[in-house]
Amino acid sequence: MTTSTAIGERSDRERRAGRVVKGVFLACAVLTVLITVGIILTLFRDATTFFAQVPVTDFLTGTEWKPTQLTGDGEYKFGVLPLLSGTILITVVSAVIALPIGLAAALYLSEFASETTRSVLKPALEILAGIPTIVYGYFALVYITPFLSWAGIPVDTFNALSASIVVGVMIIPMVSSISEDALSAVPDDLRQAAYGLGSTKFDTSVRVVVPAAISGIFSSFVLALSRAIGETMAVTVAAGQTPRMLSILNIDQNLLQSSETITAAMVNVAHAEGGGGTPAYYSMFALGLVLFVFTFSLNIGAEVIRDRLREEYR
Amino acid sequence: MSVEPDPETAGEGASADGTAAGSGTNPFARSGWGPLYRALRDKAFAYALLFAALSGIAMVFILLAYVAVDAFSLLDPAHSSWVDWQFLTSLPSRTPAEAGFLAPIVGSLLILVVMVFAVFPIGIGAAVYLEEYAPENRITRIVRINIANLAGVPSVVYGLLGLAVFVRGIGFDSGIVLVGGLTVGLLVLPIVIVSSQEALRAVPDSYRQASRGMGASEWQTLRNVTLPQALPGILTGTILALGRAIGETAPLIMIGAATSVFSVPTTLFDSVSAMPMQIYNWRARPQPEFRYGVVAAGVVVLLATMILLNATAILLRNRYQRSDT
Repeated sequence: MTTSTAIGERSDRERRAGRVVKGVFLACAVLTVLITVGIILTLFRDATTFFAQVPVTDFLTGTEWKPTQLTGDGEYKFGVLPLLSGTILITVVSAVIALPIGLAAALYLSEFASETTRSVLKPALEILAGIPTIVYGYFALVYITPFLSWAGIPVDTFNALSASIVVGVMIIPMVSSISEDALSAVPDDLRQAAYGLGSTKFDTSVRVVVPAAISGIFSSFVLALSRAIGETMAVTVAAGQTPRMLSILNIDQNLLQSSETITAAMVNVAHAEGGGGTPAYYSMFALGLVLFVFTFSLNIGAEVIRDRLREEYR
Repeated sequence: MSVEPDPETAGEGASADGTAAGSGTNPFARSGWGPLYRALRDKAFAYALLFAALSGIAMVFILLAYVAVDAFSLLDPAHSSWVDWQFLTSLPSRTPAEAGFLAPIVGSLLILVVMVFAVFPIGIGAAVYLEEYAPENRITRIVRINIANLAGVPSVVYGLLGLAVFVRGIGFDSGIVLVGGLTVGLLVLPIVIVSSQEALRAVPDSYRQASRGMGASEWQTLRNVTLPQALPGILTGTILALGRAIGETAPLIMIGAATSVFSVPTTLFDSVSAMPMQIYNWRARPQPEFRYGVVAAGVVVLLATMILLNATAILLRNRYQRSDT
């Protein structure tokens, strides 16, 4: 749109300034790309150092995680499975809480709420997302766990259930805001057509609008899962630091007891390891790599799903 | 639009199955129970959705109320409020009554200062390039998607990046103000870029064309027209990013920031703690006064700072919202 010789470029000085400025802005944009490259290089380089000391197979199949304390046989253990199962447990339970509530809130906001209700409800939901995760962890530890005990649920001081509850609450706004965008993007023609056929609001919402927006809704679910997997402080504070294998037979026990996720393990190693150069230090990068691969592919997946929605109505 | 009950589908839809798949019948088939039932079902559904939406919000507001009660000792007349002048101006202590929040408050503020000067210009610059200069091609698109994805990278991974680049790479001491500010800055950079892009996109193209038509160069247009117009939007976005940054804990732990420092940092190379770090430290203390009183007071100060930042952002947005939209 802009040609290289605009009428107004009077002085050489001005033209040179324009070029310099453009270069500076370009450098800024390049830097963002370098950050991504930096993350990937850092993770790979130091994870490689780790895998030179601890075989990949031991890492991927090991069922014990003891990076900083010697075990009975005089060795450190770097099995990722207990951390993975802790992460999966908390992610799944928090999703069970957040996905239905988030979708319900989105549906209410887009189809039922009056302008006034919206103007109160939306910011209120945004507040949930703005509270620092350490505060959520504190809530879980100091208020929710005692409440669960009081309600007769035999939870330990540190337990996966409280952590899952707060992580669930934390990701509700993400589900609701992205789902609401998808629901609002459904063309009004579809609603009018449904009403024309004699549908009520319930029929229209549940059988027309939600199916029409399903890929956007699904994309919000995927992003929420990614967020739950990467969530750190709430689970570090509330779920404790006991790496524990998930066993299908007594999931309830797993929920009531302390657990450890990938993110929490990273924080705990960082806290215990001042220096560097030990296998424990490098294990953080191996864990970071696992975490990055998981969340990055989920984010890309959500993007792909959302792209498909865009094609549908244009 | 009167609706007659349809005897064929009576009994179907009695339970709000809520699934789109339905039961194989025409999805628009009239429920057999008549208009009253349908109206009631609509109402019930709307209230159920509202109830679900409110449940999460209500829980958090109840928890916030609990924190306020604990922080201000509302139910314990024997003890005065934990949030007081002494709390705001003292250094950490082993005794709950003497524990203070000064060092982490100053630490958090210094981290924000580093971000404002070192990271925000880069973010705004990247946004300007992407919106005003970048050619519409594949590479630009990839850069945009990349930035969106960076916003989804877990914060603890940014902590690793900070550790590897600034501490082990450049050789700064671990846990100092500068490293903390830069690391948290990298984390919020994508947020700054995305919100600045939106602000720039909101400036009508006619403004740019008018400026160019007057004979102004690209850079003059940007400097005199586009940037000033977008500034309130950019400010709003960056202040929201500050609010996000002030609550970050995990990246600071990864770069080795202390959970408690016993002197107020004064230079960029001093050890730094931050409000969430101090909270992380206090909640692990065994005394109940720490758990319920001092931590609650810290949480109240942290949340108050965040609300202050967010309220500023919202006020700015409302004040400068263009009247022509």
